[in-house]
Amino acid sequence: MKALAPATHSGITEVVQALPAAAAVPAVEYGKKNPFPSELLEKVLLNGEGTTKETWHYELSLDGSGLSYEPGDALAVVPVNAPDLVEGILKAAKLSGSESVEVKGVGNKVLADALREDFDITALSRAVLTKLQGISGSEKLAALLADDAKDQLKDYQWGRWIEDAIRDFATSGLEAADLVSIFRKLPPRLYSIASSPLAHPGEVHLTVASVRYQAHGQGRKGVASTYLADLVEKGGQVPVYTHQNKNFRLPTSSDIPVIMVGPGTGVAPFRAFVEHRGVLGKGGKNWLFFGDQRYTYDFLYQTEWQEHLKDGHLSKLDVAFSRDQPEKVYVQNRMLERGKELYAWLQEGAHFYVCGDASRMASDVHEALISVVEKHGGFARDVAEAYVEDLKKAKRYQRDVY
Amino acid sequence: MSEKKLSANEGIKTRSNYLRGTIAEGLADLSTGSMSEDDQQLLKFHGTYQQDDRDLRNDRRKHRLEKAYSFMIRIRVPGGVATPHQWLEVDRMAEQFANGTIKLTTRQAFQFHGIIKTNLKRTIKEINQSAMDTVAACGDVNRNVMCNPNPYLSSVHAEVLRAAQDISTHLTPQTRAYHEIWLDGEKIESTEEEQEPIYGKTYLPRKFKITIAVPPSNDVDIFANCLSFIAIVEDGKLVGYNVAVGGGMGSTHGNEATYPRIADVIGFCTADQIVDVAEKVVLVQRDFGDRTDRKHSRFKYTVDDRGPDWILAKLNEYLGYELGPVRPYEFKDNGDRFGWVEDEYGNFHYTLFVEGGRVLDTPSYAMRTGLREIAKIHDGDFRLTANQNLMIANVSAKKRSEVEALLEKYGMHHSHERSALRLASIACVALPTCGLALAEAERYLPVVITDLEEELENAGLRHDSITIRMTGCPNGCGRPFISEIGFVGRGPDRYNLYLGGGHAGQRLSKLYRQDITSDQIRTLLAPIFQHYAKERNPGEHFGDFVIRTGYVAATVQGGDFHKNIKEEAFKN
Repeated sequence: MKALAPATHSGITEVVQALPAAAAVPAVEYGKKNPFPSELLEKVLLNGEGTTKETWHYELSLDGSGLSYEPGDALAVVPVNAPDLVEGILKAAKLSGSESVEVKGVGNKVLADALREDFDITALSRAVLTKLQGISGSEKLAALLADDAKDQLKDYQWGRWIEDAIRDFATSGLEAADLVSIFRKLPPRLYSIASSPLAHPGEVHLTVASVRYQAHGQGRKGVASTYLADLVEKGGQVPVYTHQNKNFRLPTSSDIPVIMVGPGTGVAPFRAFVEHRGVLGKGGKNWLFFGDQRYTYDFLYQTEWQEHLKDGHLSKLDVAFSRDQPEKVYVQNRMLERGKELYAWLQEGAHFYVCGDASRMASDVHEALISVVEKHGGFARDVAEAYVEDLKKAKRYQRDVY
Repeated sequence: MSEKKLSANEGIKTRSNYLRGTIAEGLADLSTGSMSEDDQQLLKFHGTYQQDDRDLRNDRRKHRLEKAYSFMIRIRVPGGVATPHQWLEVDRMAEQFANGTIKLTTRQAFQFHGIIKTNLKRTIKEINQSAMDTVAACGDVNRNVMCNPNPYLSSVHAEVLRAAQDISTHLTPQTRAYHEIWLDGEKIESTEEEQEPIYGKTYLPRKFKITIAVPPSNDVDIFANCLSFIAIVEDGKLVGYNVAVGGGMGSTHGNEATYPRIADVIGFCTADQIVDVAEKVVLVQRDFGDRTDRKHSRFKYTVDDRGPDWILAKLNEYLGYELGPVRPYEFKDNGDRFGWVEDEYGNFHYTLFVEGGRVLDTPSYAMRTGLREIAKIHDGDFRLTANQNLMIANVSAKKRSEVEALLEKYGMHHSHERSALRLASIACVALPTCGLALAEAERYLPVVITDLEEELENAGLRHDSITIRMTGCPNGCGRPFISEIGFVGRGPDRYNLYLGGGHAGQRLSKLYRQDITSDQIRTLLAPIFQHYAKERNPGEHFGDFVIRTGYVAATVQGGDFHKNIKEEAFKN
């Protein structure tokens, strides 16, 4: 997209002014190299009082950004570090924060600002520890980094941040320049987009679980999730850009059935899918499997799903809440219970989507899918596995897992 | 003459195919934790009420969540007697499916709160697997049959308990809907219409409450029930029962056609006639109760409209024989007696004070855990009292010390060392779960009593039993209109204050002040307590005193409940 030449006479200015705001071509190009300062239009806590979880719904404006997206895409959020994280590093390194440092690609900056905006100051990687060892000369740290200490290193890293390592292995503190030399750049975080641009023109929505936990006697948190939850108020700005996810798309034909398995924040892109197909109309049937901890408090977007069911945008909804009964019940349990109908949908050509936790849920759901095909297709196990592989090859089995 | 239309509930019942409605379909729809309006009415017959957490109501939509729906389940316990195994099952289900507490109701039943729809069927099924049930715990049917725990005359208690159980069984709805919906009962294909021999397709016009009392204790409050049996014991043997009809508490604020009523004692039946009499009284109500106006449907209005004589004549006609003349009886009070007592067989019974009937663990008092531990070793039974307390009954002399040790370990051995006022209190659940509550009851009465205890101390009345009851609305589930002090909710933090009920629950109270707020309660009652302490006659009860000294006029019967109210009552 070419930058417009500045209006030098009234003719061009008038043309520019005639365009509707949402379609206005911005003077600047926004994207990964230049994140768009998006206004936070709305933030809603999706869990009800009584929950143990914290999942937020964010609505951001893309007006004037020139950015667009499709259901299935992700939004990159460029966070800053929270004040207490910055304080923690400064205290550990025994610095005031007013020191001047050079930030590559940016220039000279006050240390506290640099720690806040430019660096990943939490993730305790081997690379960071190696650099720290090089500066502090700590023998204890050198031992941890040794080839035969891989397990001990992992043990040390678990639940700890860079500030812990500085406290443990650079006990007399660090020079400001040395400190910033150990960090990598603060990376943006990608979140699956939870809205359809057709249903919410000029906007992009996110479903983000705030990461907070206790480790080694200290409250810990995820940088980007708590940046959004704690540091940005309605009306504030969040630097963002869109990220295409070509492998997670609705079927091109709007009458192909769609099965979506999205527990927790994994439900985000399916909100986009259902909204999108709702606006397009034309009647392809949609089936959502959702799960979380407790029905009464954690049924994310419940009232919206009720509307979609009423309007026929969503054909079937199955839910599983793991902590409402003595046994754990998950989305894969529901899939197995509904196996007969699930298999029938697959035979009709349905596309099958999974979004959410990569570590356990995705493989459990994968296993359940094979079992369903096995049982209701009447196949041997390896034939069922091949069936599922074929779904993948035909792009009818798509995953967005993290 | 214009035909009055039947109330909407009658149509719901008729269309429901003997209480099935669309309950099964509603249970399967998990997009919502609620059931349809019609199904909600039918669910009552199955022993469950849809509720929502009213503390959270305003906030929920903001979170894109519907109301925090849940279900109350009421377990029938005829005569209030449960086995230790049943107690343990109730305790387990309270933890796994309810809100971790057990409510002991004013009709001697167990109640769970906070069951979500996804667990509703399972919980009801598991209740039935413990040889209890929920059917007819609510709805237009005969409810849980009460009888006093009565630890003294154990032989009589056993007989009376059996009678209560027999009546309960006999009057249980026969519809197979309960089995089909909750117990995976097979749908039996039959061209014949479902049988409901006693109730018929539309059941009763309204709820029906039966109780049996053994004088001198009226703890089951016979005067507040539709049908009561007063056990007549001669030479230690049960010879029969006086029959009382037409009691009931419910009323509606501002509607003087509704009022609480105390039962009329109309005759006497022999012990073996009790089930037959119960059935025939129910049939009289079935046939003659008002089905056009649910506010006028209780049996008490049928009795009032027709007169007790007419009711007696109709009953005799249905029976095919006549009730005998009323025999003498005397009730002394309607409270519980706490601590240990011994019966005529040398068994022991311990009555535990349970404030508001709510069994739960708090950081300072692990009552629920203590009772669970006792249940594990107990070889007698548990008896729920009509005052929301609990009797650990039939403790053998051998087991007594073990039970005592546990009572002490969990701090339950001094449960009754409280003011006599507190020990004589009843509060309905009200908020946050009851959809009918206008004001707090269970959560607030203890606070009111603490406040009043200071005044009682000052007046030297700490050990004087004065019955005090609070309900969140005028339905009166906590029987507030027959207590000596009664609070009935009108709105958030607003109550009507009633005085002058009978100490044995034998007389209705009367409105003393309308629409007071919490900060007025103490200032209103303190001077009356002082006056009572100074000028009562020896042995005179508080409820009698306030009438004699003119705070309120006496209410003779339901018909004059709204009459003779002093002007000051409305000057607020």
